[in-house]
Amino acid sequence: MEAAKGDQLFEILSRLFALLVLTIALGGFVTLTVLSWPSIKTFGLSFMWTQTWDPVAGKFGALPFVVGTLVTSFLALLISTPFSLGTALFLAEYAPKSLKGIMGFTVELLAAIPSVIYGLWGIFFLVPLVRKMEIALSLPPYGVGAFTASLILAIMILPYATSVTEAVVSLVPEELKEGAYALGATRWEVTRYIIIPYARSGIFAGTILALGRALGETMAVTMVIGNRNEILNSIFAPTNTMASVIANEFTEATSRIYLASLVEIGLILFLITLVVNILARWITERLKVQRGGV
Amino acid sequence: MDKGVTRRLWKDRVATLLVTILALVPLIPLALILLQLAVKGITSLNLQFLTSLPHPPGEEGGGVLNAIVGTAVLLALASALAVPTGILAGIYLSEYRDRTLPHAVRMAADLLQGTPSIVIGILAYAWVVRPMHHFSALAGGVALAIIMLPVIVRTTEEVLVLVPRDLRESALALGVPSWRMILKVVLPTGMVGVTTGVLLSIARVAGETAPLLFTAFGNPFLSLKPTEPIDALPLVIFNYATSPYADWWRQAWAASLVLIVLVILLNVAARLLARRMKGE
Amino acid sequence: MESTILKTEGLKAYYGETKVLRGIDIDIPRNRVTAVMGPSGCGKTTLIRCFNRMHEMVPGARIEGKIRLEGRDITSMKLIQVRRMVGMVFQKPNPFPTMSIYDNVLAGYRLSGVKLRKEEAQRIVEESLKKAALWEEVKDALHRRGTFLSGGQQQRLCIARALAVNPRLLLMDEPTSALDPKAAHRVEELISRLKETVTVVVVTHNVAQAGRVADYTAFLYLGELIEFGPTSQLFTAPQDPRTEEYLTGKFG
Repeated sequence: MEAAKGDQLFEILSRLFALLVLTIALGGFVTLTVLSWPSIKTFGLSFMWTQTWDPVAGKFGALPFVVGTLVTSFLALLISTPFSLGTALFLAEYAPKSLKGIMGFTVELLAAIPSVIYGLWGIFFLVPLVRKMEIALSLPPYGVGAFTASLILAIMILPYATSVTEAVVSLVPEELKEGAYALGATRWEVTRYIIIPYARSGIFAGTILALGRALGETMAVTMVIGNRNEILNSIFAPTNTMASVIANEFTEATSRIYLASLVEIGLILFLITLVVNILARWITERLKVQRGGV
Repeated sequence: MDKGVTRRLWKDRVATLLVTILALVPLIPLALILLQLAVKGITSLNLQFLTSLPHPPGEEGGGVLNAIVGTAVLLALASALAVPTGILAGIYLSEYRDRTLPHAVRMAADLLQGTPSIVIGILAYAWVVRPMHHFSALAGGVALAIIMLPVIVRTTEEVLVLVPRDLRESALALGVPSWRMILKVVLPTGMVGVTTGVLLSIARVAGETAPLLFTAFGNPFLSLKPTEPIDALPLVIFNYATSPYADWWRQAWAASLVLIVLVILLNVAARLLARRMKGE
Repeated sequence: MESTILKTEGLKAYYGETKVLRGIDIDIPRNRVTAVMGPSGCGKTTLIRCFNRMHEMVPGARIEGKIRLEGRDITSMKLIQVRRMVGMVFQKPNPFPTMSIYDNVLAGYRLSGVKLRKEEAQRIVEESLKKAALWEEVKDALHRRGTFLSGGQQQRLCIARALAVNPRLLLMDEPTSALDPKAAHRVEELISRLKETVTVVVVTHNVAQAGRVADYTAFLYLGELIEFGPTSQLFTAPQDPRTEEYLTGKFG
């Protein structure tokens, strides 16, 4: 039974590697929990709503960073959604074929640019620009801050939302659109009353997916957010996100509790993105079932 | 024409204009970034920049040879870890579909793919840096490999599932054992697609910075050793951009140009391969 | 009486709970072409997939009864040995897309890790392609990809690939249904000539094809062997009314 033995061996080998993937994911969760245990034990649930972040006194609360993350991510989503929707509609319905390829390529290019390069551009272009705006509005001219971070994030997440939205929009059955055109509907009416209602949950899924990206985005945000460990009092104020505080302070965390607190922030971030991704997946799965495998 | 129709037509025109504007605005930042990268990057880019080591902080001149070599070492380490693992795991998912384990592994891969890269950095820190008691290229390579892994697993699975059943059966009907059928017929048939996935995953991690901060850490000297800290282009860009020296800002732009050219080349190669696959 | 190469006794085949073959007893005569015909879903493909144990690959599929190849129970033989003795050609031509014509013919050896000396490899390629009536057309293009050939040529390449490992029995599952009439005709001619070296069992839903190529014909209906005998006899004087109905196009 030489061949059967080979088959068995190969199956076992490939299964081991598949198990490795599973182990990394589960082990990751366990590792984060174990490393953050001192902080979980000391601060308990109050870690989530305590504002103090004082490495010297050994007092840690994640609220400023949770707020910073949520505010920048949702603001980014708010700024980026009209553009991603517009781009997706343009690509799927409005663009002439010649333009479509180039536009599609540029959107992909936006996704390919490394985060740190967005950060560099943010520091030397966006920050001075926002500072000028703040002076014009008689706000404290930080330049850096939550608003600048949101702007950068908005640009960075646009390709993700766009590609999901475009995919769903191009799934709208041709006969539905043609039916409406045959009744004398204009292109806008077809878009407004046929395409958008049909693609609504897909557009939502794309937005959620983009949100997942924004929540975990680190470098570009770290470089323009101002890195102040305080809860923000205005959207222009310098602050930190969960990801940026880890990036900034991880190598400086000398005490056990300091490191544990940073890892716990990582754990929370891991869980939040997990929930967001499951949500996006659930929506797209439901979509597939509804459409009967389109 | 009656009033209603005129109004509807006007509405349509306004909507077309609006959609077009919304679609064109995102091109502005992209154009600005690429333009500034080109202008600021090219003026600082020369042979000396590519072939010499950094000068001490505050001193003008110097280059990023250490970071270019470091990025190459990190990508090689990450690929060596992630490519075989990812392909074999992907084969398992595509060839042994009717089990419970593949479902769990698929979920795990999706979970890893959605995990922020900074969190992956913490894992590599816990698994490699802590046991070794110091930062190392290996730790950076492990972090990047964990990011590459789910992409390779899922593309391998997707590509191999598409290999026709007929082809598998005709190999088996020739008396070929199924493990040889998988390695010599199924995998080669899907190889172009798998390679595309691998290239895209390398392109993605080539620009990753966050997971390297507390794993590879950075190193102003030339190093090839997996056990030593190592520099990388993204790390240099981050450190220089946030430094107080104007000459380092200039170098950050030049390093960014090098990095973006690398990333775009990898993307273009993957796209060309994907197109060839479609053509076949 | 013809000598028998393969014999089934009470062969039943299942997919999960569904019974596809309901007890088949058939003797396949050596060095003859046997056609298995019947309406779609009658189990004809399942029958020949039992002969090289491909049926059991489908999850939940199993068989009952005995299949004897050269007198030996095939379930007691090594799987690979069975498949070496029983070759198979599929409905759609499917040369391995990553291999040259040359390597496709040798696939049975190469894929199993069998090393051949160069002269031996060349001899096998030439002989197999000649048997498959393809040699003259491809002898100058042996190192091109098999996928560049026309559909009919690809199917003959697949026949050469199956013949290269010297099977005793060659199973063909509707081998011409994906081909144009001219290419189909060439494959039919080839089948008639193949019986000098190998026993052929060909599944077809094309009555005329069975009439043209087969020495013996089996008629399957709803998983049962309704009638089996020399083609001329079955076509001119069918014993069962259902065979007659099928032959005259009353169903299927």
